[in-house]
Parts: sequence; C-alpha cells; structure tokens
Amino acid sequence: MGHVEHDKLDISTTLCGARLPNATVIASGILGLTHEVMVRVAKAGAGAVTTKSCSLNPRPGYPNPVVLDWGGGLINAVGLSNPGVEVMTEEIQAAKELLAPLGVPIIASIFADTIYGFGNIARFISEASPDLIEVNISCPNIDHRYQHMFAADPYVAGQVTRHVKRNTDIPILVKLSPNVTSIAAIAEAVVEAGADGITAINSLGPGLILDIETRHPVLAHGPGGVSGPAVRPIAVRCVQAICRAVDVPVLAVGGVMSGRDVVEMILVGATAVGIGTGVHYRGIDVFRQVCRELRDYMRRHEYRSLDDFRGTAAMPSL
Amino acid sequence: MSLPETVRITEIRRETRSISTFVLDAEIAQSEPGQFIMLWLPGLDEKPMSIACPSPLSVVVDRVGPFTMALHERRVGSLVGWRGPYGRGFRLAEEGPALLVSGGCGVGPMVYLAARASEQGIPTTVALGARSTAALPCASEFQALGANLVLATDDGSDGYHGYVTDAVRELGLIDARPTVYACGPEPMLVAVHRLCLEARIGGQISVERYMKCGFGICGQCALDGLLVCQDGPVFDVQELDGVRDFGHAHRSATGRRLPLR
Repeated sequence: MGHVEHDKLDISTTLCGARLPNATVIASGILGLTHEVMVRVAKAGAGAVTTKSCSLNPRPGYPNPVVLDWGGGLINAVGLSNPGVEVMTEEIQAAKELLAPLGVPIIASIFADTIYGFGNIARFISEASPDLIEVNISCPNIDHRYQHMFAADPYVAGQVTRHVKRNTDIPILVKLSPNVTSIAAIAEAVVEAGADGITAINSLGPGLILDIETRHPVLAHGPGGVSGPAVRPIAVRCVQAICRAVDVPVLAVGGVMSGRDVVEMILVGATAVGIGTGVHYRGIDVFRQVCRELRDYMRRHEYRSLDDFRGTAAMPSL
Repeated sequence: MSLPETVRITEIRRETRSISTFVLDAEIAQSEPGQFIMLWLPGLDEKPMSIACPSPLSVVVDRVGPFTMALHERRVGSLVGWRGPYGRGFRLAEEGPALLVSGGCGVGPMVYLAARASEQGIPTTVALGARSTAALPCASEFQALGANLVLATDDGSDGYHGYVTDAVRELGLIDARPTVYACGPEPMLVAVHRLCLEARIGGQISVERYMKCGFGICGQCALDGLLVCQDGPVFDVQELDGVRDFGHAHRSATGRRLPLR
C-alpha cells in the first residue's frame, strides 16, 4: 500500500481552462521566438510554452549585451525585441498545429505602451487562437514610466485588464511585478477587472552591474531585470501572497531550477510553474529533469496528483 | 558566470585592407577551433567572433558594419570585453586528411583549426578564397603551419580564377577523400554542403547568425529548430540537410525572418 508507480503519478494541471500534461511552463522571453524552437521545448518536456512578448510593431530591442549570467542568476534588458504581431501570429499558428498532437498548449505574451494599445494587441493576437494570453504589464526594462503606468498601480493594472478582456474571449493571465509595496493589492485589482489568472513574478529590479575597468554598465541598456536562484525566495513569497488574496489560478515564475522548487511553488498555491533562467543552468532538458524530481517527491509523500498537496504550506504560528 | 572580462588589445595585425587580427591580453584555458567569444565594445555593442587563437586570445575581424568599424578604430592599449568560449566547434577527424575551405572573413577559426591539425600531424590543405590577391588574409600563417595552401580569387589576380569551391572541385582537392571544414559566406557554405553530400565525404560547416545572448536562452539565432549559438556554430553536413533556412534566410534583431542576400 502507498507505493505508487512513477508514471502513474499525475503531474498534469489545468490552467484557466487549458490542460497541461505537466505543470512546467517555459517562461516568456526564453526560446519563445520561433515555432520550431517552441516545439523543440515542448518535445523536451515543457507542459506549456509561452511566446516572447509581442507588440503591435516589430522592435529590435537594445544592443548587446542584453542578458548576462552575473553569478546569482541572470540580469537582462532585451528591450522587448520581437518581430511584431503579424509575424508572431504566424508563428503561433504554426506552433499550435505542431503542439496539438503533443497536447501542449501555447500562451501568447503581449505588451503595449498604452492602456488602449493592450486592447489592440489582444484583439490581433487572438486571431492566432493561442490557448491563453499572458498580459505583460511588468517588464522592468522599457522606459521607466511604463512600469509605473501598469504593474505598479492597482487602478492602471485593472484598466489594462479590462481593455484586454473587452478585446478577447481567450482566458488571460496578467503578469505582475514584484517591485511593488503590495503585490496582493495589484492581484486583487486585476482579478476584480476580470483577469482569469495571474503570472508572478516578472524579473526583479531592475538591478545594475558595472564593469569597473571601463565604468560602463555591463548591459548596453544599463539597468536590467534580475532573475534566477537569487530571486526565488521573493517569488515564493509573492505567489503565496497572491494565492491568499485572490481565487484564480497562478502561474508561478521566479528562480525555479528543480523539482524541489516546483513543489515549493505548488505548496504556496501555484497551479503551474514557469521556468526561465533554469534553461540556462540545466539546458532545454530542464523540464524533463524537473518533472522527474517532482515525481520523486510525490512518491516519497504518497501524493497521486498535484491537488493532493497544492496550497498546503504550513503557517507560522507566531 | 559570464560577465565580460575587460582586457587591453596588445597587438593589431593588418591582414588585408579591411581585415585585421586583434590580439587581446587574455587566454582561454580550454576551447575548440570553431567556438566563439562574445566581443564587447563597452557602450556600443557586443558580437560573436570566432576564436582564431586561444592563447593569446585573438580574433580576425573584417570591417562589415558599425561594430566592426568601431573595433577597427581601436588601438593597441584600448579596453575591450570578452566572454566565452561558447558553442560547439570543429571536431577533427582522426582518420584521413583535412581540407579547410575558407572564404573572406571566415578565415579566423580556420587559423586555429589549421594549428590544431598541425599539432595532431593531420595532413592539411587550406583552400582560401577572396575577391582579389589583396583580400587574401592569413596566407603566410597557414604556410608557416605547414599546410598545403591553395588560393582562389574572384578576379584571377592570384591562384585559381573563380570561387574557392570551384577550385576545390576542379583542382581535385577532394580526391584524397578528406574531411572538409568550412567557414565563410553562406553561398560558399551551401556549395561546400552540396559538394560533401555528392562526394559522400564528411564535412563540418560553421554557420553565422545574428546573436543576442550567445548561450542558448534567447532563441534569436534560430536556424529552423537549431540554435546556432549552442547546437552550432559548427554543424555536420548531415545536420544541415533539409534545414529550410540554411542558404535562404536569417533573422534580424527583431526576430523577423529575412532572405539572405
């Protein structure tokens, strides 16, 4: 009794109506540019793929370096480079066709520089019929005022959510920033405005690293969003705060490297778990490795599905 | 950790009117010919450059755009940054001779590969192509390494009159069934690819694409489902068989797919 065969352990999950064969998702910005590479990631074991954030018009982004390993994780300022919605629509359609037999859904990440712009891009991207739309209101790297306009203000974050919802029937995840006083308050505002789910967290900061010999910032843009192992404790705390505040599924992202980290996110209430920087440390095979580690944990604890332990983190008694 | 290390340029050797070798005050402990570094000009940009020599770290750079123009304006003593090595390099076949086919500024990794082949005692022929005799880089270095050197120029000013790949075919350079190693303009690489498949000889081809991260996470250098920065830049000819974008399309900084000129 109690012994469960490895492959009988159910690590699937349902995220805002989309069925994921396992709870791992490739986070936006990592390998999500072209359909061939997204399919490769799915075949490597990701339970869902997320596109690079897409805008109405093509953006070349910042000059290099745009992303570097600083020792505790990555620091990046890519500048939201993307080929624009026309090309992304084709990529999503091509990807969907190839992902369907694998049972892997695709999440289209979108962003805009105005509240109305978010509505437009949502309408256009919906023509590609992605399974979910992730609304990126929290990139720390474009013009500083965007940050303050969208993810840092409950009212503005809610307005963006409303405009996106008005322009699509596809379920939306709103991606939040950890760089706020109360991420729970922002989560409440976007859920109140109609968000079907929340993705948290976007990269932290921005931070800054200098090359002291030349006195130049190492990233061409200067500041950059910080991700990887160093931010994971912050991400876990944010996800817990969101899960306590609202009753929608949360796609937890931030420094997840291993099955242990996935378990931690699920214990604080996450529905699915994004991996970004982990691809750098463990390669594309990270998804399969993480799933194996997740199953090892479940077998040790005699859990048959993620629901058996989701949201069961103990509360401190003090 | 992959933060760029800033070091001084210790020597600049002019190879041709537009190509120079830049020697840096750095050493790479372990690398393979065909691997690359990301070369950083602080405050400007950063680009992948094939390693021409690991110790002292050297790169051979043609003036082709704003970044390489700016590099050519740097002097001995200027600070530049580098990180790496990255990617998968050439894997020298232990059996049989080596034929290195190089066009234009594709010469950098070939200098390193010829040196490695020479160390291992592999009989080596270098087929070096350029527009004219004045544009042929590093010929004396290959000779110093003991390689058999075959030159080809588009204008016939030196060696074979025509493309280097035609020289390879017409001068019988594949008769000894060498393993072919190629780096240069993509039309040349496509010709080498065809040559290897037709002659049923082994070949490895170094492909260039626009890169951002250099270490396999941004996806910018996608060549169909292959990541040039990590799966490449050196591919076996079989790996490139049926790759739609090879010889046809590359991606810009936005990620848009554009036809190769």
